[in-house]
Amino acid sequence: MTGVRAVEGRAYPLGRANIDTDIIIPAEHLKTIARDGLGRFAFETIRAEPGNVFDDPAYSGGSILVAGDNFGCGSSREHALWAMRDLGIQAVIAPSFSDIFASNAYKNGLIAVALPQAAVDRLMEVAKDQPIRVDLETMSVTTPYQDRFEFALDPFRRDCLMRGLDEIGLTLESEASIAAFEARPGADLLQPGAVD
Amino acid sequence: MSSRLRTLYEKIWDAHVVERSDDGTCLIYVDRHLVHEVTSPQAFEGLRAAGRRVRRPDLTLAVPDHNLATTRRVGADGNRLPIADSASRAQLSALEQNVAEFGIPYFDDLALEQGIVHVVGPEQGFTLPGTTLVCGDSHTAAHGALGSLAFGIGTSEVEHVLATQTLQLRQSKTLEIRVDGTLGFGVAPKDLILHIIGRIGTAGGTGHVIEYRGSTFAAMSIEGRLTVANMSIEAGARSGLFAPDEAIFAYLQGRPMAPKGADWERAMAWWRTLPTDEGATFDRSVRIHASEVAPSVTWGTSPEDVVAVTGSIPDPDSFADPARSAAARKSLAYMGLAAGTRMEDVPVSYVFIGSCTNSRIEDLRAAAEVLRARKVHGDIRQALVVPGSGLVKRQAEEEGLDRIFIEAGFEWREPGCSMCLAMNPDKVPAGERCASTSNRNFVGRQGPGARTHLLSPAMAAAAAVMGHLADVRELVG
Repeated sequence: MTGVRAVEGRAYPLGRANIDTDIIIPAEHLKTIARDGLGRFAFETIRAEPGNVFDDPAYSGGSILVAGDNFGCGSSREHALWAMRDLGIQAVIAPSFSDIFASNAYKNGLIAVALPQAAVDRLMEVAKDQPIRVDLETMSVTTPYQDRFEFALDPFRRDCLMRGLDEIGLTLESEASIAAFEARPGADLLQPGAVD
Repeated sequence: MSSRLRTLYEKIWDAHVVERSDDGTCLIYVDRHLVHEVTSPQAFEGLRAAGRRVRRPDLTLAVPDHNLATTRRVGADGNRLPIADSASRAQLSALEQNVAEFGIPYFDDLALEQGIVHVVGPEQGFTLPGTTLVCGDSHTAAHGALGSLAFGIGTSEVEHVLATQTLQLRQSKTLEIRVDGTLGFGVAPKDLILHIIGRIGTAGGTGHVIEYRGSTFAAMSIEGRLTVANMSIEAGARSGLFAPDEAIFAYLQGRPMAPKGADWERAMAWWRTLPTDEGATFDRSVRIHASEVAPSVTWGTSPEDVVAVTGSIPDPDSFADPARSAAARKSLAYMGLAAGTRMEDVPVSYVFIGSCTNSRIEDLRAAAEVLRARKVHGDIRQALVVPGSGLVKRQAEEEGLDRIFIEAGFEWREPGCSMCLAMNPDKVPAGERCASTSNRNFVGRQGPGARTHLLSPAMAAAAAVMGHLADVRELVG
């Protein structure tokens, strides 16, 4: 995966608290063995609503989503990330994220930016007519109106995002530690019995 | 480290740290990995593309559950019936090929041991106290009922665990949920966890691992604890733990994959050191008395939309938080319900008893107890019972529960996730209303346009008999 330093573009002002991953992509579309092509199913139930932000030409091609509290709650399905990335979304700004979504996000090069509700409310307004910039170098969200909101991100996740790291490759460099851990006294107790 | 007073979570965490980075990220060893057909194909594909192997197939167990039809799987001629849906068929055959290629233990769709991953793990003794256990499914939290630090992961993490048997993680905060007292007549573990979620909200446990403590949980059966731990994720917590105790040991002893003989004794000695130290502190604590809890149901499209069955649908304007008011209005529009309606006046046309939350033998016994010598109401279009595994199904049949369900008018099905998430043919049609023992009442969860009310197995049975949401206490005892 290639690294990302900043995302700038129009943002979908979705709002709404508790957007669950069933809303991002219903289970019916999880019957795939590939990661691509899921963008057309993203936010399917919201897109069935007249006047929804995803089909509003004003936000067409948006790269950022502004949403409410507890974004990405529910199922661990990474298809939610694949669908959003396929739709072109590279950053989500919300007051909070579910733990699993936040973890899945950075592994797919999507920046999950947590900001206070007041900042999110302001960005909802800005998104209606102007682009928004999310910058991982300066750890800030800025707008053409000179708004500037700083955010925090786990340093490991920030590093993975910016460098586009192969996390598995990184962990495999710790092979000796993993092997030593497996050889510790008492490790045999945790061996499951064989399945016939 | 050992002199510090620690919680159960901190002890399990400390025992699994392979490496600790300066920034606080830890490489955590994974003792158990459950794999199913939906969240694994892209992970195996990633391994193949990078030329990587599965590091510890012996710590991995695969079983199909989400996609499987729950109708008969074997024809009258004894041959396997074809899977009608081509996408489901492709996903199931990808799992079969992957477990064969990478040498992973596997229960196929015809095995007696097949079932929902979160029913199979405990039942086989694959899940053990003090272990770390992961699965590409958020309801992995269920295994915390046995004192396992268990949590759901995404597909990238599934691939990471397959390749390295570890995860890069940061330690979570701790949340104590302490419940004392005796649950009232007709009040089930499901009612308690719904009550807890209603109290702390669906983001109440975000960033935390829950430990369920207090006399109510100590007296609860293992299957009841599995129901509670299972829905920790609906309270925002990736994991929910119960301390290892004699009830857990009694449940596990002799299970096929649990330690045997001298190993069992050694394991128990270790497990007994794991409960939270007296005086250890939690980052947050919530206290509830069991007497507060009534048979409960959900009215909206979030699991936090909980009310006692004797209550009414709240007025959206009554919420202090404007976002919650707006969400409640949207929920009620989707649910086709009006504020102020008594829950017992809400009609249902579908009933689903099953899912990783409530498909174990005690769940089926509780529902059958209500249905004995009763009939499903004429307004019910479909009533399904889907046992959590082939072993649960066989046990229920030995106890004659299948006959009670069938005579009442329920369909007795083969194990799988079924109508909980409607990936297989079991769906609630648009606009229809389902009394469901599953875990999520999200928009479209049980099928596009379907309306879900979450409740306990006994309450689902009561709704089936009455044709509307009903207080089970008026039907039994």
